[in-house]
Amino acid sequence: MTNAPRRNTSRGAGTSAVRGALVQGAALGAVVIVLWWLGHNTLVTLQEHDVPFGFDFLRQPANFDIGDTGGLRFGPQDTIGRAIVVGLGNTLRVAALGCVLAILCGFLLGILRLVANPMVRGVARSIVEVMRNTPLLLLLLFLDATIRQLPGPGEALHPMSGVFISNRGLALPSFAFSSGTLDLPHLAGFNFVGGWTLSPEFAALLAALVLHHAAHISEVVRGAILAVPRGQQEAARALGLSSFQVLRFVTVPQALRAMVPLLATSCVSLVKNSSLAVAIGFPDLVSVLNTTGNQTGRNIEAMLIMIVVYLGVSLAVAAPLGRYNARFLRRVA
Amino acid sequence: MIRRLAGATLVIVAVACTGSSTNGSRAGSATLSRIRARGSVKCGITQGAGFATSDSRGQWQGFDVDFCRAVAAAVLNDPAKVTFIPYTQQQRFAGLQSGEVDLLANGTSLTISRVMQRHLHFGPVYFYDGQGFMVPRSSGVTSATRLDGATICVQQGTTTESNLADFARRHAITFHPIVIEDLRGVVSALAGGRCDAISQDGAGLATTRTMLQRPGDYVILPDRISKEPIAAVLRSGDDQWLEVVNWVFRTPMQAEELGIDQRKAKDSLQSSDPTVRRFLGLEPGVVNGFGLDPRWTYNVIAAVGNYADIFDRNLGMNTPLRLERGMNRLWSNGGLMYSPPFR
Repeated sequence: MTNAPRRNTSRGAGTSAVRGALVQGAALGAVVIVLWWLGHNTLVTLQEHDVPFGFDFLRQPANFDIGDTGGLRFGPQDTIGRAIVVGLGNTLRVAALGCVLAILCGFLLGILRLVANPMVRGVARSIVEVMRNTPLLLLLLFLDATIRQLPGPGEALHPMSGVFISNRGLALPSFAFSSGTLDLPHLAGFNFVGGWTLSPEFAALLAALVLHHAAHISEVVRGAILAVPRGQQEAARALGLSSFQVLRFVTVPQALRAMVPLLATSCVSLVKNSSLAVAIGFPDLVSVLNTTGNQTGRNIEAMLIMIVVYLGVSLAVAAPLGRYNARFLRRVA
Repeated sequence: MIRRLAGATLVIVAVACTGSSTNGSRAGSATLSRIRARGSVKCGITQGAGFATSDSRGQWQGFDVDFCRAVAAAVLNDPAKVTFIPYTQQQRFAGLQSGEVDLLANGTSLTISRVMQRHLHFGPVYFYDGQGFMVPRSSGVTSATRLDGATICVQQGTTTESNLADFARRHAITFHPIVIEDLRGVVSALAGGRCDAISQDGAGLATTRTMLQRPGDYVILPDRISKEPIAAVLRSGDDQWLEVVNWVFRTPMQAEELGIDQRKAKDSLQSSDPTVRRFLGLEPGVVNGFGLDPRWTYNVIAAVGNYADIFDRNLGMNTPLRLERGMNRLWSNGGLMYSPPFR
């Protein structure tokens, strides 16, 4: 009597698993067929309309210059492929730095929203609310316009030797490894020459991405911390731990479990949002691909590259965080 | 990004979903019969002061718009039968090649790579331009070669960036380009002192100057660093349609050469000059063909006028753009506008 229903359920689970697999398989098949049809039809139509298709153009010389290469060497005589790599480098540079800073600032803001002091809480809350409720593009244009209010290169702020702050960016001394000397920036004609320059567009984009996403992340952090049962903190307090120790050893480790998947999502959307760079003239991947698409007429190829690269970058960001999360869950379990 | 990706997907899906359309023409022109069947010419344009703007009632006007209307006047006897489709630089060729429009009259330069690599076809050059620079008057710069080391803002264009790089390499100088997607971004970057100069086609600079708060504080440098011959763009595979567009675009040029303007069009129907009579279709067997109205040339001039009419109305000294005719004068006045004979 007790055995019969158990056999029944196991058989039921078996059929439902088979049914599930069949449905999933059919759905996957349908997606593949639709994608194949779209791709095939695109190629046929392109051929019919006599539009060439291919990626051989990546080896052509770019014939355009990139204003901010982030240290990579690039000139108009280099290939289009290299230009795209420089653009991708710019995207990754701003996204990686942005992601790290957004998580740090988000953590800080989230924790500040939970402290006892009402003034600190209020300030943190107003920052978060303002950032969360304004469009990122608006914030970006605002920051870009603000940085532009700095004096021109002729009247640059000069707080210390070799440091210049102007609407052309932040010029800093750099170390020349070849000669072992310090390379000091100096004004020559229109712009600063030598040293290392942080462009205003990069700064504006980075600041906008960090502020916007830190506000989102702070909510994730706050929610995750609030989700940790109160008893845990009370027990820790009873053991005589300080508030910081409670946070460090009891609350945050447990909150991380709820946080990590959402942090990954935030970073992925930060990567994608970095493409707003075109609005202010930072040469990111989208900007460079738009230029190549315009110049060679290979717009469809450029869009395909864009889709594949963003998909790849997003998966690459999500994968390690996902793995971390899985390991974390195992450890907790 | 989502917007951008959605746009990308849309274009790809649009191309993917466009079924096999018959574009070849054994008997007659597929494009012409499609236009007649739908009762309107679909013309791809790009918005810009003087070239294509829509007024408060949604009426399009401008230099490019007038040439689209000329095509409608010739093919459908009515300059109002045009559907204008505004494109960005990125969308235009996909729009044309997917069959969404019949032609582009949107300031596209005729270049060999577009013919050989993209397999596009071009009508006659109807506007000669060249890329130049605009600087703040206070900079004291008088020539483009003095811009060594300067930061140059440009709108993301087509050949804009490469012309700039070519010019810098030719003169062994360096530019720091800042490429901004939206023209208003370029304008505010120049006004805010972020860049030392902006670079665009000459007509574009005149348009941009009208967008600045104090246009008088900026000067357009005399250098022209590129050749930008503007022509209508067509898909390949329809020879008759290409020829119709060719000759419609030449009609205002020829009319100016013959001294026929919009006002005098009606009177010239009484002319006894054989060249004028052949041009206006009064002598049969010269301008008629492809199923066009025998008086299509007259319809074009009555609708939009001759080249001088179109230029003066949209770009000339009495418009905010205040453009000189320059290279766009008739060949007989020292310019480059030259129509093959209507004979």
